[in-house]
Amino acid sequence: MTSLASRLGSVWPPLVTGALILGVWEALVAGLGIQEFVLPKPSSIVQAVGTEWEGLRTAGIETGTIAVTGLILGVVGGLILALVVTRFGWLSDSLTPMAVAVNATPIIALAPIFNAWFGLTDDRSNQAVVVAVVFFPVFINTAKGLSSVDPDQIELMRSLAASERTILTRVRIPSAVPFFVTSLRLAAPLSVIAAIVAEYFGGPTNRLGPFITQNASFARYDNAWAAIVIASAIGLALFAVALLIERLAAPWRDGPTEG
Amino acid sequence: MKRFLSIVGALIGVAAMWEGYKWFGQTTDGVWPGTSRELPVATDDLTMPHVGEIVGSLFEPVQRGRSETLAVFLLKSAWFTFREAAMGFVIGTLFGLGLAVIMLRTRVAERGLLPWINISQTIPLIALAPIIVTWGRSTFLSDTQAVALIAAYLTFFPVAVNGLKGLQSPNPADVELMQSYAAPWSQTLWKVRLPASRPYLFPAFRVAATASVVGAIVGEISSGVRGGLGRVILEFASRYSTGPERLYASVLAAALLGLVVFGLVAIAETVLLKRSGEEARA
Amino acid sequence: MPESSTQPAIQLKGISKIFNAGTDKEVRALEAIDLDIQPGQFISLIGPSGCGKSTLLRVIGDLIESTAGETKVFGKPAHQARLDRDYGMAFQKAGLFGWRTVAANIELPLELMGWDKTARKAKSAEMLDLVKLSDFGKHRPWQLSGGMQQRVAIARALSFSPQLLLMDEPFGALDEMTREHMQLELLRIHRETGTTVVFVTHSIPEAAFLSDRVVVLSPRPGRVHSVIEVDYGPGDRSDETRQMPEFFKKTTEVREALRAVEVAAGETL
Repeated sequence: MTSLASRLGSVWPPLVTGALILGVWEALVAGLGIQEFVLPKPSSIVQAVGTEWEGLRTAGIETGTIAVTGLILGVVGGLILALVVTRFGWLSDSLTPMAVAVNATPIIALAPIFNAWFGLTDDRSNQAVVVAVVFFPVFINTAKGLSSVDPDQIELMRSLAASERTILTRVRIPSAVPFFVTSLRLAAPLSVIAAIVAEYFGGPTNRLGPFITQNASFARYDNAWAAIVIASAIGLALFAVALLIERLAAPWRDGPTEG
Repeated sequence: MKRFLSIVGALIGVAAMWEGYKWFGQTTDGVWPGTSRELPVATDDLTMPHVGEIVGSLFEPVQRGRSETLAVFLLKSAWFTFREAAMGFVIGTLFGLGLAVIMLRTRVAERGLLPWINISQTIPLIALAPIIVTWGRSTFLSDTQAVALIAAYLTFFPVAVNGLKGLQSPNPADVELMQSYAAPWSQTLWKVRLPASRPYLFPAFRVAATASVVGAIVGEISSGVRGGLGRVILEFASRYSTGPERLYASVLAAALLGLVVFGLVAIAETVLLKRSGEEARA
Repeated sequence: MPESSTQPAIQLKGISKIFNAGTDKEVRALEAIDLDIQPGQFISLIGPSGCGKSTLLRVIGDLIESTAGETKVFGKPAHQARLDRDYGMAFQKAGLFGWRTVAANIELPLELMGWDKTARKAKSAEMLDLVKLSDFGKHRPWQLSGGMQQRVAIARALSFSPQLLLMDEPFGALDEMTREHMQLELLRIHRETGTTVVFVTHSIPEAAFLSDRVVVLSPRPGRVHSVIEVDYGPGDRSDETRQMPEFFKKTTEVREALRAVEVAAGETL
């Protein structure tokens, strides 16, 4: 049971650290006379968020939509394939190592190819990048969770003459839930990064990626940083949703047994 | 050997599916048979060049009038990117380990830093690559070093998080044993905590290695730094209509670089664990 | 023990098990095991590591198929007995499902058998009572101590009143006091339910205290070395039994059998 005191105790260190980081940053830029075009002060960035709000809002919604839709598609796809593959052992044996290999490659580099496939201005191009980037960690983690089940629990189910299907629903899926939600936590911020990097290969210009490059080319670094703040906010929000899902879907993870 | 064969088999399988889909699309005029619904990806030679053409382009000159073949050119670019990634990997790993040790040492640091280390990965600093490169130029950093910094930013995270877990993993009894010898904190770190953290660190190194390549390539793409695979992909993408197979070849080269780096870390892991007489623990 | 004319609970005839047959990793785990176990008996399987006692338990439970021989459980092939849900199993690790409450863990077999919810609730309450954990039904397994978790696992194994309880070192990870307490609990449950028990252990006093018969196995390949009958006279076994001369005699007998096994296997201690 966490009392209010210990809850506060776990909240203040990160807050203090955050304030410290921002404070030192602000003081360094101001104190050392670093020019704003090299590294803007946090206060200037906050100001830029205010002045550029209209453009940032549209760009954030555009990029955020791509990231979220791609994230959902990739997560659902990875989940479904993991379930299918686990049902057939031989498929899992051949596909999982391949997925691990693909996951070791810079998948983001597929962006120009997707542009060629779906068209530069088609949302599907950038969505596809997000899907591809998100899909593999979700698939690999979930497949791992579905197969790394306590052998005693499988034996117990078999001693009760449970069918493979029952074992899947009663044992494998519940024990894979923590693995799946962990992959969700990994995938959520990746989706925003993938969406922005995909935008560097061209396409509609009312998005965060072009916003950053345009402002950077005019040396408006405060504006570029402001876009990063927006992107981080989207990433953080998705991360928070993933954390929330983790809390709701796998509350038993609070137990010391699974760390 | 069996692994090698299965990889070759998988590659042939992918190539066969590629050509099969292309053939299917061209016989049905790019629609699902019996309907007017278009296939998700067009199958013409511009959108999907033949596998043979992609492979063949590797042995053609990279540019008219130059003797260098595309394969050699890509190899050189990959080497350039590899050096950036390696530099980023080293910086990121050292930084991550340092953070892990600091967090191990003081609980307040752990509680204060760990949330920010997690949050750091939701900040797409990678998108700031153009700024970081400019910033590097105004200081003492070369473009490659600036890209390496971007790679390091992606690299330090798994090392810091897993490193902390690993350093905290030894049995309390093992640590108490060291205390009973009145061993200083640093010796406990070297002789107990670091060895115990290997099963946590190696997976982190593998993730970090991949991340460093991604960081290097994306850094090059978004900043336009010349010499590496990222820039090559960007250029071939912009000249796609005159040579789609070259973009495919360069993306494949990037994938291969990722695999090679991943493989290097895996080999290092086996060698190190074998030397200490341990089985590789997955 | 009176001669029983009823059908044995378990009949093993010529059971052999070879793992990885034909490869250089071939292991002859069991060889020509013949064993009859009467209904309601408590049987321990004991022997040095590698004697195949866990393998034998799994052959009885139809979790491993024997290479040769015939396994009959209540006159049926073991496979049929498993489909008929004649087995309750408990392992060294409690193996509870972390995502279920304690009560829901106990109800798992009942769910698989299609009991309705009210019947399940009633049964799990009854079982919690039996293992003296009535207050913990809504807890998560990890909130319980090791001994309590093991009691839940036993309650789960017994929840559907299986005719046969198969236990693989269920108390192996418990401390000595908890272990002795659990042994008494198990004997009480065994008396109250009349279930046949096959119990794998490596503890000599445990085997001597619990069993009606102790089956001593020899290693590589696993064979039945000897069967020791245990009878401490009328009345229930209790903590006092552990102080009786007969108990010491039996532990000595089991220990000597195990020594003989080890000498024969060329492994002196």
